[in-house]
Amino acid sequence: MTTVPREPAEPLTLAVLDIDCELVSAQIVDGLRRVVGRDLRRRGAVVGLSGGIDSSVTAALCARAFGPTRSLAVLMPEADSDETTLGLSRAVAEALGIEALHQDITPILEAVGCYERRNEAVRELIPDLTDDWKWKIVLPSVVGTDSYRLYLLVAEAPDGSTVEVRLPAKNYLTIVAATNFKQRVRKMLEYYHADRLNYAVVGTPNRVEYDQGFFVKGGDGAADLKPIAHLYKTQVYRLAEYLGLPRAVVEQQPTTDTYSLAQSQEEFYFSLPYEKFDLCLYGHNQGLPVEVVAAGVGLSVEDVGRVFRDIEQKRRATRYLHLPPFLLEPVPEISGSDVRYDGS
Amino acid sequence: MEADLRSFLAENFLLGEEFRGLPGSASLIEAGIIDSTGVLELVGFLEETYDIEITDSELVPENLDSIDNVVRFVGAKRNSGHPT
Repeated sequence: MTTVPREPAEPLTLAVLDIDCELVSAQIVDGLRRVVGRDLRRRGAVVGLSGGIDSSVTAALCARAFGPTRSLAVLMPEADSDETTLGLSRAVAEALGIEALHQDITPILEAVGCYERRNEAVRELIPDLTDDWKWKIVLPSVVGTDSYRLYLLVAEAPDGSTVEVRLPAKNYLTIVAATNFKQRVRKMLEYYHADRLNYAVVGTPNRVEYDQGFFVKGGDGAADLKPIAHLYKTQVYRLAEYLGLPRAVVEQQPTTDTYSLAQSQEEFYFSLPYEKFDLCLYGHNQGLPVEVVAAGVGLSVEDVGRVFRDIEQKRRATRYLHLPPFLLEPVPEISGSDVRYDGS
Repeated sequence: MEADLRSFLAENFLLGEEFRGLPGSASLIEAGIIDSTGVLELVGFLEETYDIEITDSELVPENLDSIDNVVRFVGAKRNSGHPT
């Protein structure tokens, strides 16, 4: 990792995540060329570009690695996407000079019943909900309480009134399963273009998303390589500045862009603004005392302890997302990271 | 109630595998028996099976993170005399 080493007595600040952007981007560009060209034997890169910070930085690095003519951005908004999504992603592609293919995936999602299945699970809990309502799923914050956090369904009626309901397991799982069609349809289309062009699919998770399992298996979790998975979100923002991405992209707050009611990644998954979560994850990874992290992040010692426990709990809960398929018997003639025999 | 609870945990989280040897005081989360979705399922099971309503403030490890805690908590809820 390329973070700046720190002395133990130093107060913890975001400076610990400072990176040499020129060096880091050069290393990633080298890695992209090496893996795509030599290991994967592909001739370029496909990136699903949402206009968010991670996919924009990934696309910019691919453009540097393979040139604009061998980098393809696929823009795949759908009915629940924010109205700024398409414009932001187009602005990034234009700034990078790469080809951008736009395909609204709403008809595909309608055909597989994404919205219908999901809305049915929602209406079981809020029967009055109609198509003009907006809603989202929220995970209560880990900060300030030891309570188990159960997902809430938050819906906003056209008159602005809101309804909040605790999600039973069946409804929660159905809503998530149906919503996951979005990420899986996008990945299907990315691989269509990759196959057509003999390109690799380049994934866009940052370190926090990768570590905490904030991705859909077979959806945004699928890729031929993930070049920024070792970078904290703060570092991805630094790279975005260095790479000269449009201001609107660099200045936006991370969202899920998945549900009709605006939803930050913080309230859906991480409980903390990304800068604070980055520092907590860094501190936990470095084995720093909770007191040091608490002082640096501006949280109580108790809350940092809760965040640390939550980090570990999410690692356990999402471990299966990272696992390749198990084989029940060895196939020794075939080697590779995607096949293995667990004989233990 | 403990037998029912062990049976629910075994059927739902261990695919019916033997569920013996776990002390009643062991943390279900730390032991890897349940995760956050599992807590959601456990709460639903308890509310439905024992006709109780678990409030947000009761969603704490002291009530739900071990078989002993669950048995004690649900027993107290059912004996509280308050309508649920």
